[in-house]
Amino acid sequence: MNTQALARISNLVVERGGRRLLDQAGLEAHPGSVHVLVGPNGAGKSTLLSVMAGDMPPSSGEVTWCGQALDQWCPHALARCRAVLPQENVVTFPLTAWEVAEMGRLPHRTPDRDARIVREALDRAGVWHLSGRDYRSLSGGERQRVQMARVLAQVHDTGPDQPGLLLLDEPTSALDVRHQLRLMELLRVDAARGRTILVVLHDLNLAAAYADHITVLKDGKVVASGTPAQVMRAETITHAWGVECLVEKDSLTGCPWVRMRYGLGCATAHREHAA
Amino acid sequence: MSTVASQIPATGTLSAPGSRSARARWVVIALIPAVLAAALLGLTTGAVEVSPAEVLWVLTGHLDDPFLREVILNLRLPRVLVAITVGAALAVSGVALQGLFRNPLADPGLIGVSAGAALGAVSVIVLGTTVLAPLVMALGVFTLPLAAFAGGLGTTWLVYRLASHGGHTSVATLLLGGIAINAIAGAATGMLVYMADDQQLRTLTFWNMGSLAHAGWTLWAVSAGLVLLALACMPLVARALNGLMLGESVATHLGFPVHRIKTLVVVMAALAVGASVAIAGIIGFVGLVVPHLLRLTIGPDHRYLLPASALGGALLLLLADALARIIVAPAELPIGLLTSLLGGPFFLWLLLRQKGRLG
Repeated sequence: MNTQALARISNLVVERGGRRLLDQAGLEAHPGSVHVLVGPNGAGKSTLLSVMAGDMPPSSGEVTWCGQALDQWCPHALARCRAVLPQENVVTFPLTAWEVAEMGRLPHRTPDRDARIVREALDRAGVWHLSGRDYRSLSGGERQRVQMARVLAQVHDTGPDQPGLLLLDEPTSALDVRHQLRLMELLRVDAARGRTILVVLHDLNLAAAYADHITVLKDGKVVASGTPAQVMRAETITHAWGVECLVEKDSLTGCPWVRMRYGLGCATAHREHAA
Repeated sequence: MSTVASQIPATGTLSAPGSRSARARWVVIALIPAVLAAALLGLTTGAVEVSPAEVLWVLTGHLDDPFLREVILNLRLPRVLVAITVGAALAVSGVALQGLFRNPLADPGLIGVSAGAALGAVSVIVLGTTVLAPLVMALGVFTLPLAAFAGGLGTTWLVYRLASHGGHTSVATLLLGGIAINAIAGAATGMLVYMADDQQLRTLTFWNMGSLAHAGWTLWAVSAGLVLLALACMPLVARALNGLMLGESVATHLGFPVHRIKTLVVVMAALAVGASVAIAGIIGFVGLVVPHLLRLTIGPDHRYLLPASALGGALLLLLADALARIIVAPAELPIGLLTSLLGGPFFLWLLLRQKGRLG
């Protein structure tokens, strides 16, 4: 296992337009593990991921990948070992799903292997059957999976000996239940291959089941960080999201199971309240 | 997984649904003889009947008929060369600008690049003997193409700054900006026309309608050189333009120096459009129609789309020029009028088709 493939953010401050989006935030994503970033809307999750992706220069703080400051990296070398899945993707040209996934091979000069890698990536993302379809005609969930295939194709050559980093911003947001689970299973396989995975999720139970490490952001600050068992606690969740919370043990998986309530909590309660 | 892998041949290209690169390669190759055939058509078409065989004999120096030599070498060959140069330049600029703006509706004519280039060129024609005389003295034959280049560069930059915001380009702003720039450049050109004398006026009319009539070997050579320079740079940005189709941030994540690429594309497109405006005036819609039709056939991969568009643009203008000389023979229709007559409805059709998607 490559212990160098560490993505580290420390004392990160990002200010835009007089607002402090991130305030002394920090985290360490380790190779071979799935690091999940959770937090309420506007907590700075996407901002943190953007900084890690190099899209946004931090106001202060340190961002390193494999022990080297991010801005010291050659963009081309970085593109060969780090892939980013943004939240949304607008495509105005008539690209097929295959052609979108094939973009992941642009940083590589491996034409003899590309077709094989793209095929495998599409297959893993569960969209091989859509290869010939116009990307713009796909549903939101299908597009998200095609973009995931693009990301997988890009980091295909990374593994135990070659550091690889996946930065995924809400990769499950448009997926149905089965595909959400499928994607998380896929991330576990990639982690087992030695890749470093940093992923923003909204579903706390998905995070609790699949993460090695969870970081909770609120108002640009890290309010909790640790294993799911350490972080998924009622008081932490109530503090961060402002919901009533009960944490149990999932009888199916044995993971922490978060149950939440806000207001009256359900349709029945509302009907009774109205009556 | 293992069953899928075992179906994949160990090496070589496999047929992948959704991959159009094999077809694209064939289209590029097939376009080469098509352009040569259209060039031959251009050399045989006109008031004087000339057979393809006679054309080939004259070109290879085997036929010494002074009249045919005059018609072919001094009247038709220059037209054909201008058509090839201008067609390739406009179509490739169209592709590059569409890639840059991430929008298939960007056309050098529509977004005002051609108008800006024309303004630059007209300034030199009208003011070349007075205010701009020192410039003409200094730059010589390069003055006209360079002035057109400067005008095109200015407008491209302006419209880009107007329409793009944080990595996104607004189609509405792009086209509206194009309208405004066309209007401003048109008005400024009008002012210059108002100041022009009779001789200059004749030259200027030709500009506004576009013409492939011979503008002189020197001007052609200089402009063709500039176009060639721009075309030679395009393969450098082909892969980056592919990445840009997924957005500026994705292109950055794929390792492309997006900022430098954008500058290069703007400069090269302005250079190609400027050079083509300098020899042929404003010829609209070539940069829109050619890339669009090719994208339907071979897909948007710029590694093939750029060379295919260069050939396709040359082919389209060669055919349009032949048509312009046939339909009103023995006179000729200004080529710019013809391309607008054909391209305008095509653009409307595109708009209708995209109505729901424009933002």
